[in-house]
Amino acid sequence: MRIGDYKVSYGADEAVFRTGTVRVWMIVLFLAMAVFPFWAGDYLLYMANLTGIAIVAAVGLNILTGAAGQISLGHAAFVGIGAYTSAILITKLGLPFIICLPLSGLSAALFGVIVGAPSMRMKGLYLCIATLAAQVIFEYLFKNWESLTGGIRGINVPAPTIFGFEFNNEFRFYFITVPVVIIVVTAARNLFRTRVGRAFIAIRDRDFSAQLMGINLFRYKLYAFALSSFLAGVAGCLWVNFIKIVTPEHFPLHESIRYLAMIIVGGLGSVLGSIFGAIFMTIIPEVLKSMLNIVSAFSPDAMAYLSPLQTVVFGLLIVVFLVFEPHGLAEMWRRVKDYFRLWPFEH
Amino acid sequence: MWFFLELIANGIAVGGVYALIALGFVLIYKATSIINFATGEFMMIGAYFFYTFMVMLGLPAIPSFLLVMLGSAALGFAVERAILRHMLGQPTISIVMVTIGLSSILLGLAELIWTSDFKNFPPLFPRAPIIMGEVVIRSNFFWGFVIAMAAVVVFALLFKYAKVGVAMRATANDQMSAFSMGINVRTMFTVAWSMGAIAAALGGLIIGNIGGIQPTLGMVGLTIFPVVILGGLDSIAGAVVGGFIVGIVENLAGGYLHEYVPGDVKELAPFVVLVLILLIKPYGLFGKEEIERL
Amino acid sequence: MAILSVEDLSLSFGGLKVLSEVGFAVEDGDIFAIIGPNGAGKTSILNCIGGFYRPQKGKVIFEGSDITRRSPDRRAALGLARTFQNIALYRGMTVLDNIKLGAHAHLHTGLLKGLLYWGPAAREEMALRQEVEEDIIDFLEIEAIRKLPVASLAYGLQKRVELARALAMRPKVLLMDEPVAGMNAEETEDMARFILDIKEERGITIVIIEHDMNVIMDISDRVSVINFGQKIAEGTPDEVQAHPEVIKAYLGEKRD
Repeated sequence: MRIGDYKVSYGADEAVFRTGTVRVWMIVLFLAMAVFPFWAGDYLLYMANLTGIAIVAAVGLNILTGAAGQISLGHAAFVGIGAYTSAILITKLGLPFIICLPLSGLSAALFGVIVGAPSMRMKGLYLCIATLAAQVIFEYLFKNWESLTGGIRGINVPAPTIFGFEFNNEFRFYFITVPVVIIVVTAARNLFRTRVGRAFIAIRDRDFSAQLMGINLFRYKLYAFALSSFLAGVAGCLWVNFIKIVTPEHFPLHESIRYLAMIIVGGLGSVLGSIFGAIFMTIIPEVLKSMLNIVSAFSPDAMAYLSPLQTVVFGLLIVVFLVFEPHGLAEMWRRVKDYFRLWPFEH
Repeated sequence: MWFFLELIANGIAVGGVYALIALGFVLIYKATSIINFATGEFMMIGAYFFYTFMVMLGLPAIPSFLLVMLGSAALGFAVERAILRHMLGQPTISIVMVTIGLSSILLGLAELIWTSDFKNFPPLFPRAPIIMGEVVIRSNFFWGFVIAMAAVVVFALLFKYAKVGVAMRATANDQMSAFSMGINVRTMFTVAWSMGAIAAALGGLIIGNIGGIQPTLGMVGLTIFPVVILGGLDSIAGAVVGGFIVGIVENLAGGYLHEYVPGDVKELAPFVVLVLILLIKPYGLFGKEEIERL
Repeated sequence: MAILSVEDLSLSFGGLKVLSEVGFAVEDGDIFAIIGPNGAGKTSILNCIGGFYRPQKGKVIFEGSDITRRSPDRRAALGLARTFQNIALYRGMTVLDNIKLGAHAHLHTGLLKGLLYWGPAAREEMALRQEVEEDIIDFLEIEAIRKLPVASLAYGLQKRVELARALAMRPKVLLMDEPVAGMNAEETEDMARFILDIKEERGITIVIIEHDMNVIMDISDRVSVINFGQKIAEGTPDEVQAHPEVIKAYLGEKRD
């Protein structure tokens, strides 16, 4: 039950977690996240790491596309740039992981700005198609700039070490992923409490009047591009250090679409939505797999249908959410919360 | 010199097919302001329809061909009624994503129904290549071009003179006033989707006839974006011109650059051109920049 | 002294002439009205002052300096605020956030400080919240709706939120495009009272476009009449009402 929403200062009213109940739940959540790796097996930990990395990338895309309204079909390419930057810095220069992490983000942000700056004059569909071109061109470079990227063979990366401690399995890497996710999510949530976040949304909703409100469109669109690709780069760095190899086929157009699907299903422009979306879109294919596993007890070749079924379900999820729940899981979550707000005393 | 001419000739042949597919794309965009990311999958499904009628059911070529048109029209109709009708007035991102979702559904369904194995049409045209001087064009390219051009002309005439075409143009121009003139705007949306689906299916059929069919045939659909950006999203003449330009650019790049540049230059070139164009003209070559009001 | 003046303003789109050689000067602290038939070019004048349109000819002078080539966001920072004929609120935000957005140009939080929030950004946000609450929300009597998304509000309230957002811009000159259009009598009266209060209590100069002649004649200090992109008359409300050109523009010519 969560009533008693009474405050005596503006500070209390502006807080992210506004009531005691919410704060208690947050502590429970943090405890659960701390206990999880000791309880879960390798497979679950593997999924948890991948989900965490997806959250970082999805938060990035949601800032650009969900909040600032600039559609990008090239997010995976920026994740790729982060991954390659990290792999190259580690293998060629021998830089430690902890330095590679921000550098990968910065490198992706730099490319984000290079793609974003000329795109400022474009809008909507034209921008969308320009980012599609960026995706195609970067994919081409990953594959064909062999001296730098290792071509289709890719680059192998050793397990990261921080202060001599090797993060060489799912369990250990979890303790890199989770703090990064927490920092990213907190920072993103913070941003939307300030004028920068408000400016993003203003640009999305009405970019002309935003300019008359004193917002420098060019600067803020560039901020959105830079920040979004920075987070993509960080996700890419985490990813390559977790998987320990990077090859071009990891960052196809379909991967960009998957990130878009995450923010649509989760909730456009909502940080919480990015988290929900990333979790949901990572779990669903696995759920499908285990369901087919059960079915294959009766019809042995059921597993052959896994890949096409996943493709269909992926498309269906996008369409169904857009048609029936355009504000995504975050909105559903809000309704559930509202329902329980006064429960069991709603009358 | 002959090498150059051959590249141009092949570029024109492929460009004609692009023109046809882009025309379907532009029809849909003009009438409904929706950009159809599932164009490639409409092509792929069209090709599979043909395969089903002709190879699996053993029908002759012409009836199969007509059935493909009917089937694609039905697909376009169903898609518009079931999904896109609900998306009117939604933000661009939603509309883009809904057609991307649709493409995923169609791709998965195709794999479920026809498997991901590679399939071929039986030979439809005389085998002998067309030879002009030293320029050689493969027969499938040539006949594909002929069919594509015929279809483009039919669509253009339909759009220009037929009652439904005029109504569609009116709708594209101004939905509200078309509505008040007694045109059923919603029917026009459905018609546009059906026609767009037919154009794409014909394109898919031609491309399937050239290179065989697989569920991933729809990837060719991506090339449509450089085409329509070149031509301007809402110009039918632009789509046709853009189709030829992209076809020629692709072939020239493939013919001359592959020695100097690694990888598949042919696929990359249209996108590089696209970026260059957007850098100079952010609304495409023939697209119109609107006067904004407050 | 004139706080804002427009000299020789000419604007055309392609072959279409929208404004030709319009000029006027707005005295500091006045309510200056621009009236004229539909399509006369009134909103285009505001768009030129705000920087949304670039006039082909002429100057916009604000507080003694030429701002004709300044970008719209720079003009907003200088103290030009604007409300719109067709409400231009940000539908994805709450009333409070919409109002806070108005203060954008006067805040300093950048990207990095925003991500950190703690410290300067938080202090700035708290000060802003206090200013918005006590100075604007209180004044415009919209306490009850401040947490609601703007899309859910009635038309009249949305207009009021738009005014609140413009006030948060800390304007020296407030440009209002048809602030009472589509309002009922009570809402109109409220709005007129707010406009007068803004002028009298805050000393903000107001340039207003409006079709409601009662409101215009009641509150304005000076009126300028535009027809077919040209200024045909200017003066006090009484002078303008008696001006033959104005009567002609509004009522048509008498045939005898």
